[in-house]
Amino acid sequence: MAAPFDLNNDGVVVIIGSGAGGGTLGNELAQKGIDVVMLEAGARHEYEDFINDEWDSFAQLAWTDKRTTSGDWRVAKDFPNLPAWIVKAVGGSTTHWAGASLRFQEHEFKTLSTYGKLEGANLLDWPITLAELEPYYAKAEDKLGVTLTSNIPGLPGNNNFKVMKAGADMLGYRECHTGRMAINSEPRDDRNACQQTGFCFQGCKWGAKWSTLYSEIPKGEATGHLEVRPNAMAIKINHDASGKVTGVVYADKDGRLREQKARIVAVAGNSIESPRLLLNSASSQFPDGLANSSGQVGKNYMRHTTGSVYGIFDKPVHMYRGTTMAGIIRDEARNDPSRGFVGGYELETLSLGLPFMAAFLNPGGWGRSFTTALDHYDHMAGMWIVGEDMPRQENRITLHADIKDAHGMPVADVHFDDHANDTAMRNHAYKQGSALYEAVGATRTFPTPPYPSTHNLGTNRMSEKAADGVVNKHGQAHDIKNLFVSDGSQFTTGGAENPTLTIVSLAIRQAEYIAGQMSAKSI
Amino acid sequence: MVTIYESKPVHETKPVLSRRELLKRGGVGALLVISGSAVISPEHAWGLETSALKPETMATLIQMARDIYPHDQVPDKYYAIAVKAHDEQAGKDPAHKDLIEKGIADLDLKSGKDGYTGLGWEEQRVAVLRDIEDTPFFQAVRGGLVVGLYNQKEVWPIFGYEGESYSKGGYMARGFDDIEWL
Ligand SMILES: Cc1cc2nc3c(=O)[nH]c(=O)nc-3n(C[C@H](O)[C@H](O)[C@H](O)COP(=O)(O)OP(=O)(O)OC[C@H]3O[C@@H](n4cnc5c(N)ncnc54)[C@H](O)[C@@H]3O)c2cc1C
Ligand code: SF4
Repeated sequence: MAAPFDLNNDGVVVIIGSGAGGGTLGNELAQKGIDVVMLEAGARHEYEDFINDEWDSFAQLAWTDKRTTSGDWRVAKDFPNLPAWIVKAVGGSTTHWAGASLRFQEHEFKTLSTYGKLEGANLLDWPITLAELEPYYAKAEDKLGVTLTSNIPGLPGNNNFKVMKAGADMLGYRECHTGRMAINSEPRDDRNACQQTGFCFQGCKWGAKWSTLYSEIPKGEATGHLEVRPNAMAIKINHDASGKVTGVVYADKDGRLREQKARIVAVAGNSIESPRLLLNSASSQFPDGLANSSGQVGKNYMRHTTGSVYGIFDKPVHMYRGTTMAGIIRDEARNDPSRGFVGGYELETLSLGLPFMAAFLNPGGWGRSFTTALDHYDHMAGMWIVGEDMPRQENRITLHADIKDAHGMPVADVHFDDHANDTAMRNHAYKQGSALYEAVGATRTFPTPPYPSTHNLGTNRMSEKAADGVVNKHGQAHDIKNLFVSDGSQFTTGGAENPTLTIVSLAIRQAEYIAGQMSAKSI
Repeated sequence: MVTIYESKPVHETKPVLSRRELLKRGGVGALLVISGSAVISPEHAWGLETSALKPETMATLIQMARDIYPHDQVPDKYYAIAVKAHDEQAGKDPAHKDLIEKGIADLDLKSGKDGYTGLGWEEQRVAVLRDIEDTPFFQAVRGGLVVGLYNQKEVWPIFGYEGESYSKGGYMARGFDDIEWL
């Protein structure tokens, strides 16, 4: 039973965003009997409505409201108004996501101490350690049903994985398997087993893949403590004279502005929208935006050092058949500065359908060099590079000076320049990926540039000291104790791992903290 | 209105086309014929009716599309479908009509006395395209093709892409792991 709450009910927790962070937090709080209103900018599409078609699915789910870009990254040139490939819908990017669910490594919580000071990088140790997060990782893995953790069998390897595995063996890599995936290898938690449909990025029509849309949210709604309000775009967070937040102004489905009162506000709009909202909530008391006494809101934007390698073989592969990302090599994820960079990267299987391959293989490319690659589409194998990138103050989200969205809210500008460490890592990964495919007999390989960002992190980072970041180790704003950040923008640094398992673990931990603080009446 | 239609095979139609015109256009791979306001492929029995752009412009656009994304196994028809949106847009937006008509005129001018389609080798035509690749005209045509060409479900099988799979039960029993040569 979904509970509708009154706009003037100031006892509720208002969560902005229903993705990995917000959706999980909402269910966790509801399970503890706490009333939650979840504002979601996008519409609600149940999983039966997902579309096995790349562009149609993109039109259905992706965030296509205008954004602008700047900086030296190629995305700014190729996709000037699409810096990120993320979702605007109930479930957030957990509808599109591929399901790779990895824990951070110990040193990745301590990058400043481990890597030392790096010119042009704003490194900082997290205020929490792996040991502190481990129990929550275990809960998150259980919640998501992550394969190859606690007796959950792995997914079967598809063609794309088999090519990767053969190459990994040739190169002497030791840790190559079908991945820790939040995709059912057998029915579990009322979700089907994966049918190898191959449209993981388009939303899983079998519901085999974990998504807050059909895993967390209905469970939360069943408690009677969670109301999800789709088509509700938060525009501004209000506060009182004491500096506590009091409610959220949002545009409803008809574009009318409403205010939902709140006891606590948790921001989980992903790392572009969350800082945009805090910055847009500036007031005479907080002229630089909410929770921004450190000046760090919007800064340290990270997107992982990514890229892809595709290889063409003289025999068919059909990489698009089956689970998109169920295949990983972890050997390069270690920190080994002898490779010419700090931090590490993962190699994961990846496949795009023909329409997206045409758009992303070499954006702007044309002529025979480009088309002969596509001619062998069914002979291609592919992998994705995902590595730790360096936080930089200059890489940041700002409010655009002139351009506004349909509600009159300034759009976000996303500025990104690669750090030299990012470039060195990417080049290393390109070489390894190409060598791997060549070892299996590839006749041609393609070092493919990064796509619009699917992993967006760091723009409201956690820090021990209030001067270094936006939130404390519970995601609570240093400046405002009833304001929380609950998404990947809390990340102090990015790690080499796909971020969602960590986002979910932090949300579970944050729910415990919020419940404790509420019953202690300290917020 | 732009329509791609299946036309009657060549022996049943009499396109208004001079012998000279035929020979002039003969240099380019597939033979496209201009008839009234239509571009016709007599060999492959389809036609494309234009309403805003000149049919000659459309024929050149089709050739240009193939030179930008050349796939020898993909028939002209799909390139025609991929560029026909420019005719629709030209009908609604005079600035777009101008962009395309002037762009094609400029392309012809740069290509010498027989125009762009008069250049016999792909390399010759590509050299002209390289010259203009940074222009808004070229980028509009190329950009439109990325979705216009590759998002046609009918071309997917030509590339070995199978498309939608949910209704067929995914690939669980249809070869997700059928690779044999490793
Ligand atoms: C194609 C793709 C593949 C991916 N694969 C993986 C993977 O394999 N493993 C992995 O770990 N991660 C993966 N990711 C990344 C993962 O999806 C994200 O890291 C994760 O979902 C982020 O969670 P979040 O809560 O920060 O934001 P999201 O899940 O993006 O949710 C944010 C939600 O907030 C809403 N919102 C934003 N602003 C407002 C506002 N002002 N008012 C109301 N609502 C608002 C948005 O509409 C959205 O629904 C992938 C992402 C994509 C796009
Ligand atoms: S491959 Fe599996 S997880 Fe991916 S969409 Fe298909 S059934 Fe879902």
